[in-house]
Amino acid sequence: MESNGRPQASEILCQIESLRSSKDEIERQISDLEAQLQQLNCDENNCRKAEEDEVNSNGSSSCLILPSENGSFDPGHGLASDMIYRYSRQLLLPAFGVQGQANLLKSSVLVIGAGGLGSPALLYLAACGFGRIGIVDHDVVELNNLHRQIIHTEAYIGRPKVESAAAACRAINSTVEIVEHKEAFRATNALGIVRKYDIVVDATDNVPSRYLINDCCVVLGKPLVSGAALGLEGQLTVYNYNGGPCYRCLFPTPPPTTACQRCADSGVLGVVPGIIGCLQALEAIKIGSVVGDPFSGRMLLFDAISGRIRIVKIRGRSLQCEACGENAPLTEKQFQEFDYERFTQTPFSTAPLKLSLLPVDARISSKEYHERVVKGEPHVLVDVRPAHHYKIVSLPNSINIPFPSLEARLHEISSALMKKDESKNSADSNASLYVVCRRGNESQRAVEYLHKMGFSSAKDIIGGIQSWAHDVDPKFPTY
Amino acid sequence: MKLTLEFGGGLELLCDSVKIHHVNVEPQAGESKLTMKHLLPWVRTNLIKERPEMFMKGDSVRPGVLVLVNDCDWELSGQLDTNLEDKDIVVFISTLHGG
Repeated sequence: MESNGRPQASEILCQIESLRSSKDEIERQISDLEAQLQQLNCDENNCRKAEEDEVNSNGSSSCLILPSENGSFDPGHGLASDMIYRYSRQLLLPAFGVQGQANLLKSSVLVIGAGGLGSPALLYLAACGFGRIGIVDHDVVELNNLHRQIIHTEAYIGRPKVESAAAACRAINSTVEIVEHKEAFRATNALGIVRKYDIVVDATDNVPSRYLINDCCVVLGKPLVSGAALGLEGQLTVYNYNGGPCYRCLFPTPPPTTACQRCADSGVLGVVPGIIGCLQALEAIKIGSVVGDPFSGRMLLFDAISGRIRIVKIRGRSLQCEACGENAPLTEKQFQEFDYERFTQTPFSTAPLKLSLLPVDARISSKEYHERVVKGEPHVLVDVRPAHHYKIVSLPNSINIPFPSLEARLHEISSALMKKDESKNSADSNASLYVVCRRGNESQRAVEYLHKMGFSSAKDIIGGIQSWAHDVDPKFPTY
Repeated sequence: MKLTLEFGGGLELLCDSVKIHHVNVEPQAGESKLTMKHLLPWVRTNLIKERPEMFMKGDSVRPGVLVLVNDCDWELSGQLDTNLEDKDIVVFISTLHGG
């Protein structure tokens, strides 16, 4: 309620919020500058230390405790008192301590991908006190992300992942500078982005990005914390660090496209990328704080279902490597001109394939199929998805024959068709045969095969059960 | 010679989703030692049930498969020339790209 032109409470709150964030920003800048000054003083003092040690022993060196201008004490490591309190449980670790924290505050990390791996990684990286964190992603939050991409909330569905992740990071730690890169990571913009950071975390989900990020890190000499997860397994290692191998040293040739499964097809248990993402944060923290022994030259293999973690020794840097090898180190220009999608035969986008194998008359839209069902056309509908997909949801009166077992179960189709022929009224036409799958790709392969095996009337339903949900029955569940 | 062979990263799908196989493999006739060069075709013949091209390419594993002999990258032990010994553990793991 507004009265007599007085501002509303929400406006005041808004102003307070805005002033607070300006205050935080100014405080951060002050603490940055203090840290710089401290460093300068320390460096100078170290040079003079030999002569002046005795003179300064009463505490007049600026490396030791000095009252700062606001009357509080500066302990000499650049950590302001609120930072000391915030990070106290880390400072108490003898192996990490003030030096580890001070190193971390001066360090910056870029997380590429704010998905299943990036979510937990970002939460910990923001919490632990890196100086600056960059987030790259061009996707928006979807409902089916939330089971594993735990940085995002329902309120952000439909909004850019970068905005959502940045807001979550700022909510945890307003003293960290969060930089939003709301763009796809490509050879054209990679160098400009990565150059600004000390450490890179690869939290992407596709093969061309993995090569692209690796090469960019090699060209710019940045350590790369690489994680991957699918199904119930995860993998972690650190590339291009301390003379260790890069991704191309291990995988000079990309895998065949058929070997690259995606979470959207094969599934993934949310906590599995969660665990790997946490480990990625840990590796980035170790590198940033210069504490511990990062996973360079070693790889962690995680098998969630059997509860086993295997740590293996991997090859060292390869002298013949096309990215980091001795003979032909990759240049910035070569990197920018390299066609990663062509090299890996895989698109950056993880959008599903849309095959077109069949002639138009061997296909039917879900709407048309629906009309034929309504008319009572005698037919057999074969669903060629895997059994565990079929259990999630299926069209009425379909029979499930997963594509790989089609050959062995052709007789089931024949007998189903014969049954329909017996029960139908008109004597002249045979029952028709339709094939459906999730998106309309496998069903085309199945129809191709069925044609070859003499089922010449077989037709596939274009777009699979997804198109059924989209065009016929909006209440039909999708996955 | 008793070996433990393990498949991971999706390669287990090629052998009926069984990840761990305890097997007995003898060196080729006339050879005193079993090498990886001999083991790979043995695996293809005896364990791989489908899509063998997803396991091997030429006489080696396909790109994207890491081979570990006793938790060590086989590049460090001579790749195809790696000599295997009784009770060795050989892991074939496909790299993951998901996230």
